[in-house]
Order: sequence, then structure tokens, then C-alpha cells
Amino acid sequence: MITKRIIACLDVHDGRVVKGVQFVDLIDAGDPATQAARHAREGADEIVLLDITATHEGRKTLLDTVRRTARELFVPFCVGGGIRTADDAAQVFEAGADKVSVNSAALADPTLIDAIGHSFGAQAVVVAIDARRDPEAADPVRDAQVFVQGGRKLAGRRVVEWAREAEARGAGEILLTSMNCDGTRTGFDCELTAAVSESVNIPVIASGGAGTVVHFVDVFGRGKADAALAASIFHFGVSSARSLKEELAKAGVSVRLPC
Amino acid sequence: MTVTVIDYKAGNLTSVLKALRHLGAETVVTDGDPALVETAERIVLPGVGHFAATERLDATGLTPAIRAAIARGVPFLGICVGMQWLYAGSSEAPAQPGLGHFSESCEHFPESPEKVPHVGWNSLEVRKNSKLLAGVEPGEYVYFTHSYKAPVTSDTAATTYYIEPFASAVERGNVMGVQFHPEKSGATGLKILGNFLEWKE
Repeated sequence: MITKRIIACLDVHDGRVVKGVQFVDLIDAGDPATQAARHAREGADEIVLLDITATHEGRKTLLDTVRRTARELFVPFCVGGGIRTADDAAQVFEAGADKVSVNSAALADPTLIDAIGHSFGAQAVVVAIDARRDPEAADPVRDAQVFVQGGRKLAGRRVVEWAREAEARGAGEILLTSMNCDGTRTGFDCELTAAVSESVNIPVIASGGAGTVVHFVDVFGRGKADAALAASIFHFGVSSARSLKEELAKAGVSVRLPC
Repeated sequence: MTVTVIDYKAGNLTSVLKALRHLGAETVVTDGDPALVETAERIVLPGVGHFAATERLDATGLTPAIRAAIARGVPFLGICVGMQWLYAGSSEAPAQPGLGHFSESCEHFPESPEKVPHVGWNSLEVRKNSKLLAGVEPGEYVYFTHSYKAPVTSDTAATTYYIEPFASAVERGNVMGVQFHPEKSGATGLKILGNFLEWKE
């Protein structure tokens, strides 16, 4: 039986893992390679490394970090941040990533999704969407807006519509982050996740808001997520993927155990 | 132990090479030298992406070299599209023949409320006395990402259930294939690749 994936996310800034609340107030949470290995050992089904403040100078640091992190990692490994061209993606794959996640650059030029998918396969392209509900709109979920540049700028696209276009262009998965919920530990945005998951036929990874086991049960049930991402819940020894999955199994969620 | 890994430009080889080297194997990569295939000790045909990409194996003359190596008894492992290529063909690219070592064809998952592609960790039910899957306990999980799949037959070494049962591993003598990605399947995947490296008649 297919299982729901628990994905450990490492937000990386200048080669260090960091965690912020709603994309600001960053604090240090360790070395990416060490953290990734620990998460894999502790039962994470996949590792995502997001370079949240990628700059031109930071590129070499990132590739180096990816290479070091991938060396002894034998679970799926996705890397995002600052991937602007198919060549950027090729370098990240060459350094050992299995998937790349694209965000702002894909909104600026959606053919980037087609280009990476054509060279490396749809399974290698994750389209990351930073979403914020539009409280002014008649339907805050259906009209939720896409943000770019680490959540700093409105993209002028609706979330559901952009997810559909990404799928049509050959994205393999959608990584949906709720900016309203990110870092708050008050739960995922289940309504928005379900709206996206029901609109596409590719897996949707829910992100933003994980705090307790019940939040994961909720997003896999009501939120119809195929996978869920967690960062702060793991970093400071609050919980391991394995103990989270053991609790999920008790709640009737199908997960990879033993792991 | 040297493993010849075939590069037919369908995606990324880094993960497969890394896993084989982690297990102590030397690796040689070829994207079109039949001599390297003819003299290989062991062959791995990886693959993610589209079945049509296997056309390159014909164009570069690797197909007859692989066929000859298999006939000579060289252990062969196809991964994902590399497994599907062992069959007669796939409805993903009907004009492109596979090797035909297994006479059936690969098909898209049927219409269902479930999402396709099948992405994620799913369990293996080992069906026969498989050398490739030795030591894999019932219900161990491996990582999949695919939309096309091979049918269950007497050569099926393991099945997996998604929408319907399909062949997640195939094995007949020295010819083996896995639909999942052992290089991305944690300890279970490394155990399976290790079995392939140790495979003996």
C-alpha cells in the first residue's frame, strides 16, 4: 500500500540550516549534511534542502553543500533555491540531487518547467508554490495568491490555477507552502491543500504550520496531501520522523514503518 | 567487481553510481561503446523518464551488445524504465521496441480516482525464491516514481499494489529488473543492490 511521506526540510542560508517564522527572524539549526543524515537515519522518507537566500556568490556554496549532503544519502533528495535555468538544475543534479524545486524563476518563465522536465524527467521537477490566502476575496481559498522571492512579492497568479499550469507543463510534484501558517506550529492549511490536491493529478506536498501529530493526521485526511513537510518540529529534538510516523500509524495513517 | 552502467541520456546517473560505489563496486559508464558492454562483468541499465529514450540503445548499437552479454550469462539489472525495456515494449512509446527478453508489454496504470504517477514508498510482496530480493522481509518499503508498469507473470519476483497489482521486480536467471529505485530506497534498496553485486549462477 502506498504510504504518506514525511519529508524533512532543511532551509539553508549561507551553508547553514536556519529556521524562521513566516520567512523572517532566522535562527541557526546546524550543518545541512549532518542534519540530512540524521533525518534519514531517524526515518524521514525524503529530504528537501531549500536555499532560502540564494545569491550569485552563494551558488558555489550551495553546490558544495548539495554534494556533501548527497554523499551518503540513500533516500530521495530534492534541492531548491536560486535555480533559474536548466543549466543551474543540471549542476544541482550532477551534485547529487534527485529532484529540483523551482519557484520564482518558473513564474518568471514557466517554460523552465518544460525544459528541466524534458532533460531530466517530470519526476525530477517539483514546483514550489508560496501561497497566501486573500482575505479580501470572495473565496479566500480558491483565490489564494502566489508569492515570489521568498514570500516578498505578489506574483499575480492564483495558487490553484498556477498548480494546474505547472502540472500541464510537466511538473512531477507540487510543494505547497502556506505563508499564513509557516513557522506558527498551529497546523497546515488543510482547505488550501485539498483545493490544490483535488485540482491536479500529481502529488501535493503540504508545507507550513506543522506543530503536532494531529496536524499531520489532518492534512493527510482533510487536506488530501500525499506528503507533508516538516522543519521546526524536528530540528531541536522535539520529535523524530520515526516517532511521528509511529503516532500517525496509531491514528490509522499508512506510513513507511519500520524505517 | 566492476559494474558497467549504461547512460542513454534519460535522466541522472549520479544516485545509481553513488549507491554502487557505496557498496564497494567500481563503476564504468558508457553512453555508446558496445565493446564496454560486451566485456562487462555486470550491467546496470538505470532510467527515469520516457520509454522513447531507449531508442538511443538501438542507435548506438548497445542493444545487440547487451543481448550478447545476457546470453553469455552476465548479470543484468534494469531499473525503472530500464526494467520496462526488458519487455517487448511499452504503450508509452508504441513505435519503440524493447529488448523482448520478457514477452509481455508495459502499460499505463488504468483510470482510477488515484493519482498517476505512482510516487512514494510502497511495499514489496516477494513471490518466489528470488536471488535479487534475498533477505527482503514481507512488507518492506521501496521508493517508486512511474506511470507505466509491467504485468504480473511467472517471471515476477515481487508485486506491489497500486490501483492494481503490478510487477515491481522481475527475475529470470541472470536477467533482473526493478520498477522502484533501489538507489533511493534506504537500507532495503542497498540490500537489493548488494544482492545484485553478489549474484551467482
